[in-house]
Amino acid sequence: MSESQGNAHRIATIAVLVENEAGVLARVIGLFAGRGYNIDSLTVAPVDDAGRLSRITVVTSGTEMIIEQIKAQLDRLVPVHKVSDLSQEGPHLVRELALIKVVGSGDHRVEALRLADAFRARVVDATTESFVFEMTGNADKIDAFCALMRPIGLAEVCRTGAVAIARGAAGFAA
Amino acid sequence: MSASTQLADPPTLTMSGAEVVLRALKDQGVEVIFGYPGGAVLPIYDAIFQQNAIRHILVRHEQAAVHAAEGYARSTGKVGVVLVTSGPGATNAVTGLVDALMDSIPVLCLTGQVPTHLIGNDAFQEADTTGITRPATKHNYLVKRSADLARVMHEAFHVCRSGRPGPVLVDLPKDILINKAPYQEAPPASEPHRSYRPRTEPDMGQIRKAVALLKASKKPVVYAGGGVINAGPEASRLLGDFVHMTGFPCTNTLMGLGAFPASDPQFLGMLGMHGTYEANLVMHGCDVMFNIGARFDDRVTGKLSHFAPTSKKIHADIDPSSINKNVKVDVPVIGDAGRVLAAMIEAWREDPTVPDREALAGWWRQIDEWRAKDCLAYTQRGPIIKPQHAVKRLFEITQELGRETFITTEVGQHQMWAAQYFGFDKPNRWMTSGGLGTMGYGLPAAMGVQIAHPDALVIDIAGEASILMNIQEMATLAQYRLPVKVFILNNEYMGMVRQWQELLHGGRYSESYSEALPDFVKLAEAFHGVGMRATSPDDLDRVIREMIAIDRPVIADICVAKDENCFPMIPSGAAHNEMILGPGQQGGVAGVTDEGKVLV
Repeated sequence: MSESQGNAHRIATIAVLVENEAGVLARVIGLFAGRGYNIDSLTVAPVDDAGRLSRITVVTSGTEMIIEQIKAQLDRLVPVHKVSDLSQEGPHLVRELALIKVVGSGDHRVEALRLADAFRARVVDATTESFVFEMTGNADKIDAFCALMRPIGLAEVCRTGAVAIARGAAGFAA
Repeated sequence: MSASTQLADPPTLTMSGAEVVLRALKDQGVEVIFGYPGGAVLPIYDAIFQQNAIRHILVRHEQAAVHAAEGYARSTGKVGVVLVTSGPGATNAVTGLVDALMDSIPVLCLTGQVPTHLIGNDAFQEADTTGITRPATKHNYLVKRSADLARVMHEAFHVCRSGRPGPVLVDLPKDILINKAPYQEAPPASEPHRSYRPRTEPDMGQIRKAVALLKASKKPVVYAGGGVINAGPEASRLLGDFVHMTGFPCTNTLMGLGAFPASDPQFLGMLGMHGTYEANLVMHGCDVMFNIGARFDDRVTGKLSHFAPTSKKIHADIDPSSINKNVKVDVPVIGDAGRVLAAMIEAWREDPTVPDREALAGWWRQIDEWRAKDCLAYTQRGPIIKPQHAVKRLFEITQELGRETFITTEVGQHQMWAAQYFGFDKPNRWMTSGGLGTMGYGLPAAMGVQIAHPDALVIDIAGEASILMNIQEMATLAQYRLPVKVFILNNEYMGMVRQWQELLHGGRYSESYSEALPDFVKLAEAFHGVGMRATSPDDLDRVIREMIAIDRPVIADICVAKDENCFPMIPSGAAHNEMILGPGQQGGVAGVTDEGKVLV
């Protein structure tokens, strides 16, 4: 694959609808690992009431030929119902949730609260020396917030990775 | 449950899990299983003992069970079935499973497992079989509930043989085999799988585009692979019809040999790393290439950036992930090879364009010039048998005798010579380990073929290094009276490794010499077979005829020249038109770049 034409890399956000059975996630991750594809982030959760289907949202990157391969390889896994490249198929929303712990006092503490307000992050935990902020948004927004928190006491970051959904009425069903 | 409900429900039989397994196999048309017992599978072995619908062949190593199932599957088109125990039984099968995965062979592997309540406890003979074989199979299952057992068995068959065939493993915990389980029949074809729906019918728009491209071509080529074999004998017949209808040249991959008759004047020979001069130059110089059932493997393409540089490419494959994986193609067609060929023939007839007969005639004249190089010529002179000559005489004598002949091989130079000098006019007669290149494949595969075709002549063309890898299967041949012929091209080296060491590593033959070889004649006799040896060209024909005539397992030790190299050869990292034709052309190899050396 070192001689693929078109070496421009792009980031792809791919939604995969899978049977919610034991080992499916291992299968998907094994596919990426085994073929050397990137996983920038990955989330998975059931999507129907009966718990029969799950949706995996994976953010990956590579050349166009590699991204097409990733989708084709995912699609041929037996428990996979559907593969959708949200970044290609039209307008879509990408969100991530982060819990961010900031430890500090005095001016740092005040500044942290002011910035959190500007970013519309919520305080979900508070002590006299710390806050935990909950924030949702796209990856850039969360990155920016963490960067600002770093000099004023950022202690711990816990992120979910991206979930994504297409805009409009069309659904992603089996 | 009220009486009326009992009458309305179809009867679900309840038997032990082991009996459910056997019943499912029987209902799926299985007649033979290749296996080896162990603690975890005793319930199935007990059930096997008490029935006689399905025959069990006891191998001597679980790897051989899988290769035997592969040989059985490739020579019949049916699913090959394997039964091994937990732990080491399953791990011994892994090589065979990866082999089947690489070559798209339908093999169903049933493995025993420790009881469900012990899974994850490091129990005796426990292994994380489903974890280990996840990347080694098309799909795998661990049956944790008795209610799922029958459904999983039928589903496993379906996944195994549909779409692009491949190995499927079903891991069966011992308590599931002992406890009672309901049996249900396979779901009808009208109830498709929830998520797995391979596409077999090609898109007619793509077919018409492909035909238009081919009708306008001046230097076309048909490049047919293992996918045509997998699509059944009808696909090979349609390939013949298409090639004859169009008058195009046709080449086959290693896995596709036999899809188009080797004796046909339109056949160019195999292409690729050890393919013929004419096949490779046709691929290099063509303007339109029709790939049907092949996957642009690196042994075929050589240096990708220089592969068929001026051509438009049509790629018909049943696996969408195969398309645009290595080589960007112009007209992808997804579908079963047989369905694609039938559609192509129809579309060709309907399309009114008249192809350029002049250009095609000119192309054939060029091809005949390349053929005149006679790249497979060798000189058999003097007291030492040349390996090419041994294969050629084997081919000629089997042709003369006219028996239905099946060939399996091990891996290495002998494999390439078998592919070059043994002509296959029909599909399913040639069994070799292409994608994985597993030494030790040939003897057990030949066993599987002989079981499927008891009256046929089955020959394993082997090297003396490879044959030792599953030599224990000689005992299986004796037990079941399988008159397989093991034709060893004995050059006392791992020939292909030695060749690369000669050409690329300054002749430093590191660990490629076969030291301490057994006396193969005595070895055959020790395993209740017949042994014979040929040491000079005068012996050769007689030994071949005797080997074939004896209705018992035979090892024929053919002592051949130790320093023969396999040509033509496209060295790694080189392009099709940089092929080396013979020892006189060593200069070509000096040009192997560091980048090329890194490639296998």
